Amino acid sequence: MTPVIELRGVNRTFIKDRKPIPVLQDINLGIEENEIICLVGESGCGKTTTGKIISGLLQPSSGEMLFRGRPISSYDRKEQAVIRRQLQLVHQDPFASLNPAHTIGDILGFPLKRHRMVDGISGVRRRIWELLTMVDLTPPGDIVNKYPHQLSGGQRQRVSIARSLTVNPKLIVADEAVSMVDVSIRISLLKMLHELRERLGLTIVFITHDLALAKYFAWEGRIAVMYLGRIVEIGRTQDVIASPAHPYTRALLAAVPEADPDLTRHKQVLRLRSDDIPSLSDIPPGCAFHPRCPFHVPGLCDGVVPALGDGPGFSQQVACLPLQQGIPLVVNQTSTQNAGQHV
Amino acid sequence: MTYDPNHVVLSVRDLSVNYRAERGLVRAVSKASFDLHAGETLALIGESGCGKTTLNLALIRQLPKTASIDGNGILYTYRDGRQTDILKFSDRDMRRYLWSECSMVFQGALNSLNPVIRVSDMVYDTAAAHGIGRDEARKRALRLLEQVRLDPERVMRSYPHELSGGMRQRVLLAVSLILRPQVVIMDEPTTAVDILTQRSILDVLKLLREELNFSVIFISHDLAVAAEIADTVATMYAGEIVEIGPVNEVFYRSRHAYTLSLLNAAPRLSVGAEKLESIPGKPPDLIDPPAGCKFHERCAFVTDICRHTPPPLVAYNDGTHLASCYEMERVLAQAQATRKVSPL
Ligand SMILES: Nc1ncnc2c1ncn2[C@@H]1O[C@H](COP(=O)(O)OP(=O)(O)OP(=O)(O)O)[C@@H](O)[C@H]1O
Ligand SMILES: Nc1ncnc2c1ncn2[C@@H]1O[C@H](COP(=O)(O)OP(=O)(O)OP(=O)(O)O)[C@@H](O)[C@H]1O
Ligand SMILES: [Mg+2]
Ligand SMILES: [Mg+2]
Repeated sequence: MTPVIELRGVNRTFIKDRKPIPVLQDINLGIEENEIICLVGESGCGKTTTGKIISGLLQPSSGEMLFRGRPISSYDRKEQAVIRRQLQLVHQDPFASLNPAHTIGDILGFPLKRHRMVDGISGVRRRIWELLTMVDLTPPGDIVNKYPHQLSGGQRQRVSIARSLTVNPKLIVADEAVSMVDVSIRISLLKMLHELRERLGLTIVFITHDLALAKYFAWEGRIAVMYLGRIVEIGRTQDVIASPAHPYTRALLAAVPEADPDLTRHKQVLRLRSDDIPSLSDIPPGCAFHPRCPFHVPGLCDGVVPALGDGPGFSQQVACLPLQQGIPLVVNQTSTQNAGQHV
Repeated sequence: MTYDPNHVVLSVRDLSVNYRAERGLVRAVSKASFDLHAGETLALIGESGCGKTTLNLALIRQLPKTASIDGNGILYTYRDGRQTDILKFSDRDMRRYLWSECSMVFQGALNSLNPVIRVSDMVYDTAAAHGIGRDEARKRALRLLEQVRLDPERVMRSYPHELSGGMRQRVLLAVSLILRPQVVIMDEPTTAVDILTQRSILDVLKLLREELNFSVIFISHDLAVAAEIADTVATMYAGEIVEIGPVNEVFYRSRHAYTLSLLNAAPRLSVGAEKLESIPGKPPDLIDPPAGCKFHERCAFVTDICRHTPPPLVAYNDGTHLASCYEMERVLAQAQATRKVSPL
């Protein structure tokens, strides 16, 4: 099937101190209709930037984005406006994105009226009721006249999601949409997103730095792991979590504590050669992870930049030359002095 | 030497803290009691606003002026065996106690470091306030910075903004140990840091704890972090410690419905597909808390008595495991049936 959205060779640079900083490099990513895809990786790896490009809030510096198989630029202005509306971003901090001076009714009513999503005042009112019910803010009558500060964090996040639904989107980018709320509330928000996906046929791009949450939310979908502006591994969540391939993914999974004392105390340790994440203005040559990688092969990993590809023994796509060439990963001698146990 | 259950360092008895607010009295901590032992790491878990920070600020008497504190003692045992009640401390006593007996790494401290003060000055100032000279302070700091896996000389010369979040957190940990306290309180030290940074903070904390043998109160709303580093776990709800016990007891044989609900809401990375449940509703208003068990409105196990009579804390497992839940039998049965799993 043709993906809803496809990023092809997308690069994005930002200017910092008059120097261009490559924040995304060669991102190739097809997103299928109705799928759940999770972007994970450490702070600054480019998750939000990718999410903003997907939702049309930011343009690639080079490369292109396709909507249903055609470059966005090949659609006319009117069509582009419609496409833009179909791609919505839900911000992580609803406090920052919900206008404190407006009631929830206004917040949902404005986009409905502006884009003429429904007819007449009573249509708007009915739709607001419907949307609030959809995000489980019931009874809606108790909510419409409230201001954002009168709601709890979880409720505000629901309003944010309801607002993104006002324009009948096809795809939602949820950027750390639940990271600000308590554990107990998170799960109900995620379940709600799942239900909305089924009911409305939504495609969801879920951005998080919490791997356990990614695993839970995207269990039936895919995970893309990003490192320093590139996707280093992508595949079915179940494969990536059960048998991570890329050394960076392995390091991340090994580092995550588990909410279970026995599990977490008997986890395998993978110590990196260096704790420090390189700066985007000084990205190492070859595989950007090689200076930290306990398995790096000198002469191979520090040469060319690996592209995503297949390899023997795993079903996901990985940007790692040794893996693609079937070279077994062994801890490199030069890194053994740092290896240690953490149990 | 590690966790010594026969040697109590800090004994907190019926500690309550109220804040005066416009709408009324916020009962932020109600009758909290626990013992902290030598070498023990106690993790304090619970949702936002349940009183974790308040309880610990009370332990070092650093509460804002609007707070009032009440209780039957915060008994501290010095290394030489002398005992004292922190509730009876003068300001001067408190200044001497802070850092040298008990130090705290504050919530959000990462971002509140004074930007114009070098790490070295932070070290010297802290030490000087306790009569320790520069040379000795420097020696101790260099050693500690090395123990938290930093480049000691370079870090000593650095300003906070020159260090990454993970480095700053490790600096704070090192500085908190300069005066060799018996107790270190860490308030959400791994919240909002990256996975690999969190990993290095946890590893470093474990290493230091082994080498220097201090006790830790570790505040976190992250159950996974608690599962990993705690000897003992205490669950707080609406200002009360509702369950406390050895980490395996609390995680595998939970006896309070709230603890079990928290666990049922926490995804585990290496446990295949999971059925998670959220907790309905939200924590109660601490100005006008519900009658009976404060959790009853959100509880799946609720019965009539829960609605009007507060459940007492009951001891199990030779007195090491305490919980205040009328339905602890059903909770325990469910915990035993569901919590222990085999990994992927
Ligand atoms: N408008 C901008 N101008 C300059 N640099 C930017 C801008 N937006 C993002 N960056 C930089 O681009 C990099 C990637 O940022 P991005 O927000 O995409 O990361 P992220 O993976 O979402 O991180 P986090 O987990 O912290 O949200 C960072 O180094 C960031 O500082
Ligand atoms: N200075 C204050 N005045 C009035 N109420 C306060 C004050 N500080 C805290 N509170 C209230 O006391 C209760 C406990 O707050 P506390 O900060 O101790 O919770 P916490 O468990 O540390 O939460 P978090 O996980 O968000 O850090 C909350 O209801 C909070 O709103
Ligand atoms: Mg981001
Ligand atoms: Mg707190």
